[in-house]
Amino acid sequence: MLTYPAELKYVKSHEYVRLEGDIAVIGITSFAADQLGDVTFVELPKVGQKFKNEQKYGVIESVKSVSDLFMPCGGEVIAVNDRLGSEPELVNHDCYNEGWMIKVKIDSKAELDAAMSADSYKEFIVE
Amino acid sequence: MVTTTLKETPLASAHRSLGARMVDFAGWNMPVQYKSIVQEHQACRTKVGLFDVSHMGEFLVTGAQASEFVQYMVANDCNKLSNPDMALYTQFVRPDGSTVDDLIVYRRKSDWLLVVNASNIEKDWNWLKQNVSKFKDVKLEDISEQIGLLALQGPHAVELFAEIVGSHVKDMPSFTYGEGTADGIEVWFGRTGYTGEDGFEIFVKTNKAEALWNLLLQRGKKFNIEPCGLGARDTLRLEAGLPLYGHELDDETSPIEAGLGWSVKPDKGEFLGRDVIISQKKNGLKKQCVCLKADGKALPRQGYEVYAGDEKIGQVTSGSQGIFVGYPIAFAFVPPVHAKVGTQLSIAIRDTKVPATVVKRPFYKREV
Repeated sequence: MLTYPAELKYVKSHEYVRLEGDIAVIGITSFAADQLGDVTFVELPKVGQKFKNEQKYGVIESVKSVSDLFMPCGGEVIAVNDRLGSEPELVNHDCYNEGWMIKVKIDSKAELDAAMSADSYKEFIVE
Repeated sequence: MVTTTLKETPLASAHRSLGARMVDFAGWNMPVQYKSIVQEHQACRTKVGLFDVSHMGEFLVTGAQASEFVQYMVANDCNKLSNPDMALYTQFVRPDGSTVDDLIVYRRKSDWLLVVNASNIEKDWNWLKQNVSKFKDVKLEDISEQIGLLALQGPHAVELFAEIVGSHVKDMPSFTYGEGTADGIEVWFGRTGYTGEDGFEIFVKTNKAEALWNLLLQRGKKFNIEPCGLGARDTLRLEAGLPLYGHELDDETSPIEAGLGWSVKPDKGEFLGRDVIISQKKNGLKKQCVCLKADGKALPRQGYEVYAGDEKIGQVTSGSQGIFVGYPIAFAFVPPVHAKVGTQLSIAIRDTKVPATVVKRPFYKREV
């Protein structure tokens, strides 16, 4: 089932952001996970690495294809989801919870002003 | 204005109603997956999978010189098909050694049935037509559009098919042919496949294809049958070490270079491509297809470069996760000096050279 929780923000590169204070939990949307199909490998950055908004921060591979992961906002990585190392399929099964990718301390919340709501994202992906 | 319409198999609507993701494959609108390539791959390895391969081409060869013609056109030895209802895997080879296509040849009671790749139907037909004039009494017929083709593959495939068509199908050896009925539907079948599993490839008239598809899915429920798309077909054949035309075989590659020397029989007498094949067997090759097992989890993919130390020596032609064996696998062409089993090479995956070892073909072999 493809779902787009209302409390999240979405960007055109199909990442979502869950804001927890000034921490952003980042992952890919269920639309993106479905398009990729069976995820076999996720290459994530190290804690402490800093990225700018829209910068590439990792790689996700599925049986069918390989895609880059892009930052939906700038910030410093404070946690990565190590479980994806042995259970990459979590991205397919539960992308918004157990299948999250990284947590970052965000530079500026203003960068997320342009991000989409769940409804806007739903319109964006049917275009 | 140019518009291209994708061709559809007689099962297109059945695929859509199963929720398949459809893609353009060689001009055909085909299911790449229903639920998950991994799930479909494992179902075929451990239970039974059903594939629509109706896009493939079928030619009939008849006439007094049909045997002679087929024997002249292909690299394997059709005299091994000593009785009707036997089949073999082979290739059409050009006089320069390059490969027109690979195919399965069935010797039947009154004709020869050739099953060719969808992407090459027109090229194969022209190749046959171009060479048939040397033979006085040969008639060719392209029946591709009248025939649907389903592949039933996996450890329970034979049992399921026997329940529907009759227990005698259990006694058919590998690479043999039979005919029968499945709940009143006329079927031809070969004990063949392209997955590394036991099973059948089943020919059916186009207008009965959907009924047969539904029958197999219905009766297969107790074996937990899964419809499988072209995605799983590709990962299954790669794991089983089987070449795919356009990847390991093409208009610039000989069957010997592709590692199919076992199916090429230069001693059988005259046939197209024989001289080059003899020379390649005697004088060695410029390139050779190897199986690579890669370290780590990143996946090798078509076009990635292969290195021996710092020297670029070749390219990956097919790569994937070996879903059943559990590690990344690839086919690549390299100079023969680097082709020995156990050779340590590396594959450039993005900005990393990932260690990879030349291993014995195939990656996966079913227990018999």
